[in-house]
Amino acid sequence: MADYYNLFTTVQARGPVHHGTELGPGNSPRFGHPVLFWLLGKIGNAQLGPIYLGGFGVLSLVCGMVAFNIIGLNMLASVNWDPVQLVRQLFWLALEPPPPEYGLSMPPLNQGGWFLIVGLLLSISVLAWWVRMYRRAIALGMGTHVAWAFAAALWLFFVLGFFRPILMGSWGEAVPYGIFPHLDWTAALSIRYGNLFYNPFHALSIVFLYGSVLLFAMHGATILAVTRYGGEREIEQIVDRGTASERAALFWRWTMGFNASMESIHRWAWWFAVLCPLTGGIGILLTGTVVDNWYLWAIKHGVAPPYPNVFPAVIDPALTLGAKP
Amino acid sequence: MTHASKWTNRLWQCVAAIGAVLVLSGCELPVPNSVQHGYRGTGMVQVYNTRLLAATVDANVPPVAIPQAPGEGPKASQTYKNVQVLGNLSTAQFNRLMVSMSAWVSPNNGGCVYCHNPANFADDEKYTKVVARRMLQMTQYINSEWKPHVAETGVTCYTCHRGQPVPSAIWFTKDHQPQGSNFLGDKAGQNEPAAVVNLSSLPSDPFTPFLLEAKDIRMNGPTPLPSGNRHSTKQTEWTYGLMTHMSTSLGVNCTYCHNSRSFQSWEDAPPQRVTAWHGIRMARDLNVNYMEPLTPVFPDNRKGELGDAPKLNCNTCHQGAYKPLFGAPMAKDFPELTPPPSAKPAQVASK
Repeated sequence: MADYYNLFTTVQARGPVHHGTELGPGNSPRFGHPVLFWLLGKIGNAQLGPIYLGGFGVLSLVCGMVAFNIIGLNMLASVNWDPVQLVRQLFWLALEPPPPEYGLSMPPLNQGGWFLIVGLLLSISVLAWWVRMYRRAIALGMGTHVAWAFAAALWLFFVLGFFRPILMGSWGEAVPYGIFPHLDWTAALSIRYGNLFYNPFHALSIVFLYGSVLLFAMHGATILAVTRYGGEREIEQIVDRGTASERAALFWRWTMGFNASMESIHRWAWWFAVLCPLTGGIGILLTGTVVDNWYLWAIKHGVAPPYPNVFPAVIDPALTLGAKP
Repeated sequence: MTHASKWTNRLWQCVAAIGAVLVLSGCELPVPNSVQHGYRGTGMVQVYNTRLLAATVDANVPPVAIPQAPGEGPKASQTYKNVQVLGNLSTAQFNRLMVSMSAWVSPNNGGCVYCHNPANFADDEKYTKVVARRMLQMTQYINSEWKPHVAETGVTCYTCHRGQPVPSAIWFTKDHQPQGSNFLGDKAGQNEPAAVVNLSSLPSDPFTPFLLEAKDIRMNGPTPLPSGNRHSTKQTEWTYGLMTHMSTSLGVNCTYCHNSRSFQSWEDAPPQRVTAWHGIRMARDLNVNYMEPLTPVFPDNRKGELGDAPKLNCNTCHQGAYKPLFGAPMAKDFPELTPPPSAKPAQVASK
């Protein structure tokens, strides 16, 4: 039966697997023999491997695995080494940062010491991974956009776990390593600092987060919609504007008056994605260090509107004479 | 593919997509009602699921009170021996309260003999009788001294006991490191699916610091910029745990008491927050002055893992209702449980 095909619904060609181009001096050999998976071909390239690990890749994986195992063993110990409970309670378990009274000193292992060790290992791991991404991009003669986008995420990671705790003078301000625990931490941070929704950098970060999602959906939908005219060959369309490109542009110009171009949409996407953690990191860094109460800050600067009082006036009973303490 | 089969195919895909959305959205039936509770557009709403609410209503029906007994005749202290608290009642009134108490507390546990030695009712040999006497004093103390929290509604034994010798919602101080490991695996008092914090990973014993000790509950600072408030995010998790307990115990959202924009603000807060503020102090007062001193009286099987006495929290009385028994004024039928404020309780309040 004849069906409609475009580049996104490929017929999988089976032939000799590709080992990649020869690498110059200063590179390690690639790792693993390439294999073909039909299912993988449905969502991307059917070929899996080889992978380039290199010294930084190995360092990153080793540090990451050790950190992962320290977290896991702490979780397992916290349920009395019961593997069934580890699975059942996994979403609740965590490796917690030290109690605030330890400040920036090294606490006992079980009082956040493991947490700091994990933090150091994870830092080495993600930084080595960053170097690896940067160097692989250079090796392929590419720009380093991916590495810098990853660096934006690392900025937020290091603000949360390194820069802000240092400025606050307490490792206890760092985020616990756990699934629900880090979410509870997030809510507690907002409560402690007077409602993070009044933090304008938090607001900006949300704009870029939801904006990224929206742009991704708009771009993906637009390109899929014009694949019947060869629109998925984006680079070709940039060099030699075809009917796909024109239709896609007209669609948005007609529906919202403005259209991005085949070139610019990718800069929109990159900047929206990168600005999400960049602005978010600024917001977190200011929280507690520069601003102690975002609601009061927003009221003071006219960011938050006052609302009419609908309740009978009450006063803080702690200020009332005769109230039991 | 034919035209018809293509559209049938698409229809099924749509049905599958809608079905997946329904499954993944965690639908709650019936659809919860949202009731506005403050200025429009500020998220000041209470959310009620009528099915769950009906269950809470059924669980909070007060028992019918025995008709009042005459106040004439000999006093209980003259008729019986060893009547330390209610000796000034008439014998008929005293008996009415004793019968009510056995129905409230031990209907399925032997009635009178749950506390009394059947051979000699005056005997204090059963620990339950000693505890019950102290609980009577506590009830009188609550009704006369804690009006800022219980108002004129008051409490009776039934408010907590609900036909059980031990109220269903009590708490003990938790052993945070039960495995005895000193090397790894410290949960920092949290990170387990604890029912008292609505199965979140918040601290699982938010009561010891706030309802026994008087640790700071307020975490927010008074100024926009830092001015010396050193409360940490970790401390805030404990406050958050206590508040989650209050929310689930009363069957209400945060905004029942708090302004949605600023939890700390009293100016635009619902007046219920004042009642709740007194409630925290009341629970602490009762735990410190009534429950903890009973530690030597309780047998080991009634004590917690650290050997402490059972203690009370918001849920002990509220049991899912914004007012215990949805505000049924049981105490007015038992005026002996509300002595005039100047009576003896002052001595226990002095601490």
